[in-house]
Amino acid sequence: MTTLDERLVKPTLMDRLVVRPEIGALLGAAVVFLFFSLVTEKFFSASGAATWLDDAATLGIMAVAVSLLMIGGEFDLSAGVMTASTSLVTAILATEAGWNVWLALLASLVFALVVGAFNGWLVMKTGLPSFIVTLGTFLALQGLNLGVTRLVTGTVQVSGMRSTDGYASAGFVFASTVNIGGTPFQISIVWWIGVTAVAAWLLSRTRFGNWIFAVGGSAASSRAVGVPVVRTKILLFMGTALAAWLVGSINILRFASVQANQGIGLEFQYIIAAVIGGCLLTGGYGSAVGAAIGALIFGMARQGIVFAGWDSDWFMLFLGIMLLAAVLVNNAFRRRAERVRR
Amino acid sequence: MSHRLRRGVPKPRLRAARVVAGLLATGLLLSACTGPAAEPKVTAPAAAPVESGPLKVAVITHGTAGDAFWNVVKNGAEQAGKDLGVQVEYASDGDPGAQAKLIDNAVAQQIGGLVVSMANPEALQPSIEAAVRAGIPVITINSGEDKSAAYGALTHVGQNESIAGQEAGKKFKDLGKKKLLCVIHEAGNIGQAQRCDGAKAGFGGDVQTLQVDISNPTDAESRIRGAVQTDPSIDAVLTLNSQVAARAVSAIKSVGSKAQVGTFDLNSDVVAAIKSGDVLFAVDQQQYEQGYLPVMFLKLYRDNANIVGGGKPVLTGPDLVDKSTVDKVGQYVQRGTR
Repeated sequence: MTTLDERLVKPTLMDRLVVRPEIGALLGAAVVFLFFSLVTEKFFSASGAATWLDDAATLGIMAVAVSLLMIGGEFDLSAGVMTASTSLVTAILATEAGWNVWLALLASLVFALVVGAFNGWLVMKTGLPSFIVTLGTFLALQGLNLGVTRLVTGTVQVSGMRSTDGYASAGFVFASTVNIGGTPFQISIVWWIGVTAVAAWLLSRTRFGNWIFAVGGSAASSRAVGVPVVRTKILLFMGTALAAWLVGSINILRFASVQANQGIGLEFQYIIAAVIGGCLLTGGYGSAVGAAIGALIFGMARQGIVFAGWDSDWFMLFLGIMLLAAVLVNNAFRRRAERVRR
Repeated sequence: MSHRLRRGVPKPRLRAARVVAGLLATGLLLSACTGPAAEPKVTAPAAAPVESGPLKVAVITHGTAGDAFWNVVKNGAEQAGKDLGVQVEYASDGDPGAQAKLIDNAVAQQIGGLVVSMANPEALQPSIEAAVRAGIPVITINSGEDKSAAYGALTHVGQNESIAGQEAGKKFKDLGKKKLLCVIHEAGNIGQAQRCDGAKAGFGGDVQTLQVDISNPTDAESRIRGAVQTDPSIDAVLTLNSQVAARAVSAIKSVGSKAQVGTFDLNSDVVAAIKSGDVLFAVDQQQYEQGYLPVMFLKLYRDNANIVGGGKPVLTGPDLVDKSTVDKVGQYVQRGTR
């Protein structure tokens, strides 16, 4: 009886599951969900679920796009402020210049894609770490948001979206609610699921997805085997900008107003959601579904703490401990997964 | 849905069919939607049935965690809860979107009353109206006075920012100041813009505004220092928060400028600075009342269907604290109630 080569052995189901990057996040999500369902009254109810899914949705859209970029081996620190910038462009054009909302949305989309492409181009052109380049973009956008808003409106928030042309139809697409069993769920949840599905399909079923893993794993090797590294990375930066535009559009149509200082600090939440979902900071490994689950954990923890009625002074401490625990669980799983692979 | 190992790719045609099916499903979902514009009109809140047992009130503000001002509001709300046997839960988030979600969260918990500060009223409108529709009595505090009734709140408890700004500007003018610097520390807060505009109106002279970041005190101090250095003719600085006031005092001292500081809000530093003459006056909006009163009003509303204010906001300020009154007020600042 000859022993089979290990590549021909059929892996057991357990082994197959354990090597998936999102498994740790999935378990973490289950634990957080069970915990708050048991500890609080209303967490596990239709209106409760609507609350934490809503919280997770916009974070999740961004986390998924950021996870693709991180698998591609780059960071985008301007992603958080970008959500406010796109909102501001849309709002200023619609309320101050009197444009139709759809046209304003199109203009802010172009703006986002240009900034995204600029980020990618600058990173590839200079060879500087994207952490530094996008930190610059982040600060520049922050100043631009405040400066332009004050210049155009004389105040620090743009409001009055509800009385613009085309608000109803745009609001229907980006900010309506879906009634399920009498409980209104935000449409952003549908967008989140859609974005996650598209990103997961991109990663696992297309040539571009392979390129993402390749450039994140080793840019030099992938260049050597003919992967268009520059194009791939620029497209990934445009991807996070596109997601930021989507979130910005959802926000401006739902809240009908935008503050010049919105979105600052959120970029790290996107990164931590992606990391909880199994992405590595070094690139080349991770999952879009995992990032979506990471955002779900974040949303459940954030709203669950409120449902539990714990003193809000300790809120950030709870959140930090929870997120650390999730990352640690993940790490343990990944170690195990690497043992399985050998 | 991904890891490094590629599995077989399904046939493209099959894939296209799947995508189309997915899009169709989404379309079907969307057809069951309610657009934001199609929300029913807000009517007056249905009279909440008199329930026995403890009333549960959620206080949801736009203060950042650890802000000294909002800590006093929180103390006021919690003290009222203790005094009146009401269960008070306090939560806050500076981002209007996140604040709206906290309101949704409170509504999902079927609380008996809601207290909200509206720094950005429009962003909170859907959530507050949903609370009103769910039969939860709402009281707005601190900011968003002009939208309070329109959204269906029972009453508004706060300070009128323009009036308070005017008072501060007038006080500087009476003291014979010529050029005023107004320091804004929360970029997105409409109330702060109103304070500076009010100060402009009350002062009547030359007024400049300066943006600083409240969460970065070093930066705030150096920006104020830069402003009084570059323009030596500035002889008055108005800050909108007690932490910034302390930064302004040390900035002015470090460059030996002749400017004097007036501020909104009190803390022990400001009390000490008023005693020593570094700060001329503080515009106190007595925010303790903004925490305490709404809890009381909500209890009155539940137990006796009382409404306070007669359709007008209940004003908690401004109360100008200067050298003549600082000793008495100072004791209460120490214990976190003023």
